[in-house]
Amino acid sequence: MIRPDSKMLLEVRGLRATVNGVEILKGIDLSVRLGEVHAIMGPNGSGKSTFAKVLAGHPAYIVTAGEVRYEGRNLLELAPEERARAGVFLAFQYPVEIPGVANNQFLRLAYNSVQAERGCDELDPLEFDDFVRERMKLLEMNPEFLDRSVNEGFSGGEKKRNEVLQMALLEPRLAVLDETDSGLDIDALRVVAEGVNRLSSPDNAMVLVTHYQRLLNYVVPDYVHVMDGGRIVKTGGKDLALILETRGYDWIGEESPASASA
Amino acid sequence: MSSTLQNLVNQPYRHGFVTDVESDVAPKGLSEDTIRMISAKKNEPQWLLDFRLQAYRHWLTMDEPRWPNVKYPKIDFQEITYYSAPKPKKLDSIDQVDPELLRTFEKLGVPMNERAHLAGVAVDVVFDSVSVATTYKEKLAEVGILFCSISEAVQKHPDIVRKYLGTVVPSSDNYYAALNSAVFTDGSFCFIPKGVKCPMDLSTYFRINTQDSGQFERTLIIAEEGASVSYLEGCTAPKFDTNQLHAAVVELIALERADIKYSTVQNWYAGDENGVGGIYNFVTKRGLCRGADSRISWTQVETGSAITWKYPSCVLQGDNSVGEFYSVALTNNHQQADTGTKMVHIGRNTRSTIISKGISAGRSNNSYRGLVKIGPKADGARNYSQCDSMLIGDQCGANTFPYIQVHSPGATVEHEASTSKIGEDQLFYFAQRGIGTEEAVSMIINGFCKTVFQQLPMEFAVEATKLLGLKLEGSVG
Repeated sequence: MIRPDSKMLLEVRGLRATVNGVEILKGIDLSVRLGEVHAIMGPNGSGKSTFAKVLAGHPAYIVTAGEVRYEGRNLLELAPEERARAGVFLAFQYPVEIPGVANNQFLRLAYNSVQAERGCDELDPLEFDDFVRERMKLLEMNPEFLDRSVNEGFSGGEKKRNEVLQMALLEPRLAVLDETDSGLDIDALRVVAEGVNRLSSPDNAMVLVTHYQRLLNYVVPDYVHVMDGGRIVKTGGKDLALILETRGYDWIGEESPASASA
Repeated sequence: MSSTLQNLVNQPYRHGFVTDVESDVAPKGLSEDTIRMISAKKNEPQWLLDFRLQAYRHWLTMDEPRWPNVKYPKIDFQEITYYSAPKPKKLDSIDQVDPELLRTFEKLGVPMNERAHLAGVAVDVVFDSVSVATTYKEKLAEVGILFCSISEAVQKHPDIVRKYLGTVVPSSDNYYAALNSAVFTDGSFCFIPKGVKCPMDLSTYFRINTQDSGQFERTLIIAEEGASVSYLEGCTAPKFDTNQLHAAVVELIALERADIKYSTVQNWYAGDENGVGGIYNFVTKRGLCRGADSRISWTQVETGSAITWKYPSCVLQGDNSVGEFYSVALTNNHQQADTGTKMVHIGRNTRSTIISKGISAGRSNNSYRGLVKIGPKADGARNYSQCDSMLIGDQCGANTFPYIQVHSPGATVEHEASTSKIGEDQLFYFAQRGIGTEEAVSMIINGFCKTVFQQLPMEFAVEATKLLGLKLEGSVG
């Protein structure tokens, strides 16, 4: 929901980043206020996922220019785990498998590390078990996931639900969802979208990175940004997503001199 | 990122201090005279001296094994001290132990005195060559259990020692076993009589203190019909820039329905980050399931030593006997480990389980080598082996060498192997959920080793978990 008087949460200015010496982000500008839902769309290879990983602090990506302010702090100075504890959450496009580490143990450790940072009480295994089962019901997840190793042998849809579950547990201020809709069947998409909608509140903000418009049928964005060639080349309201759905991305380059000159 | 991982692995060795106790040290070098000297110092009977001399003469005809996947310069056996004992060496009670020595064991966390009482663990402590104290001897004696140093056993229970010594690992078995048989100085002896369940865990701590000294301990554990015992072994050594040789022999004998569980947490000094110094750990451990329905279980956590060459094995002679091997071997820096097990199925319906977890970090090399042999009469024999390797960083190596020999058509042998790697993406995933690198690595490693740690007695499992954490601290970060 757009409220011009709400507080600025994230401000990205002229952000450039490289991976393995190749520049992927070529000057990104983005402002996100509390309560807002932003969608970032764009063709494959436009830099959407890189942007998401840079915000979370993935060590393979090197920021070469620009700044990112989060709640007024310099986000780029913080280690990835500090960003997470400060409320930045990334739902991964490809969540990794961690054999041997039980999901409930992992979830509790993550939950408690964020709780500790917020000065809130940490939960012991029994308390946490009740809490996590409650949240799992909302996502229509089978509690047997708790005893399995993190993401090991999960289907694509199960992994994505596990990501949304983690988001529901950690209650981030800024949630970045990297193609959380990809690889989901229609039922899973509905459940994931409901989870996202339920979490969305005036006290947080969401950035949905997506290739397709279909997630936006369920989660209605306040802003839609189109990324191409490592920068945001067009910004509009939710209708922009529908136009992209029918016309594709090609027309933007013709209309946007910024992209053409890049 | 591998620098992160490397830092986590590079944790200083905490047991690397030298204790300043006065020692009775024999001159360096090995000859029949050295052996006669050791035997005389220990006031041994003639048969034992003969056993030693026979082993020595055989050893002279043997060559060092070259098949393990480890590299080291040739050992000069004349440069080693074969006997080193803290003075005074006649000890009747723990009060007579050099206080300096007691402080050493306190530093190492060895439960003696009251600590032993609290922990409920009976401890035998071997310092360089001699056993310095055995706690709980009287209490164990009440139920007929003999637990003492092997030197004492030779004096007090010579018939039992003579009956079993060398029956599982013959003195000619292999190069290092022959050397040990010739020069062993002390070790633990444990005898659980018929039908007795040992009421507490028995424990031995080995410590090499003197530079250039070798430790050749000999352990003999016998469980008679229906008896059971759980035995723990811990090892540490000071930091020296020369290599020290540790060539132990451990023999376990389980008679009908007996049950022996032998657990080791080995943390010998591993050498520095450039591979200088450290212990050469060349050990022969073997258990014989002599009676039907007996069971021998080895659990080992190998974290130290410059080189580890060790294959705790089970000979399953009795029908329906069970052999188990659970192992975690961690190597870092320039450490080399070639370890595994042998399961020799002779009796009918014998079963064995092998679970091996190798973790390699730094520039280390970690090999699993295992033999499963099913003899012609072992109808219905079964083996299950699982060998998993985990790599931390990209400069280390892991190998698996399974040997399977089946001579019985009615046997089942299964082998599974896997290799995984702690990668940047896994660590980033943890970090993104607020979990720091060290905690993440410790969680991954503990998850990886879980099936083995579950086999350890409680206090040992805690110690092992901490030890792995320490060993890996700073290798990621």
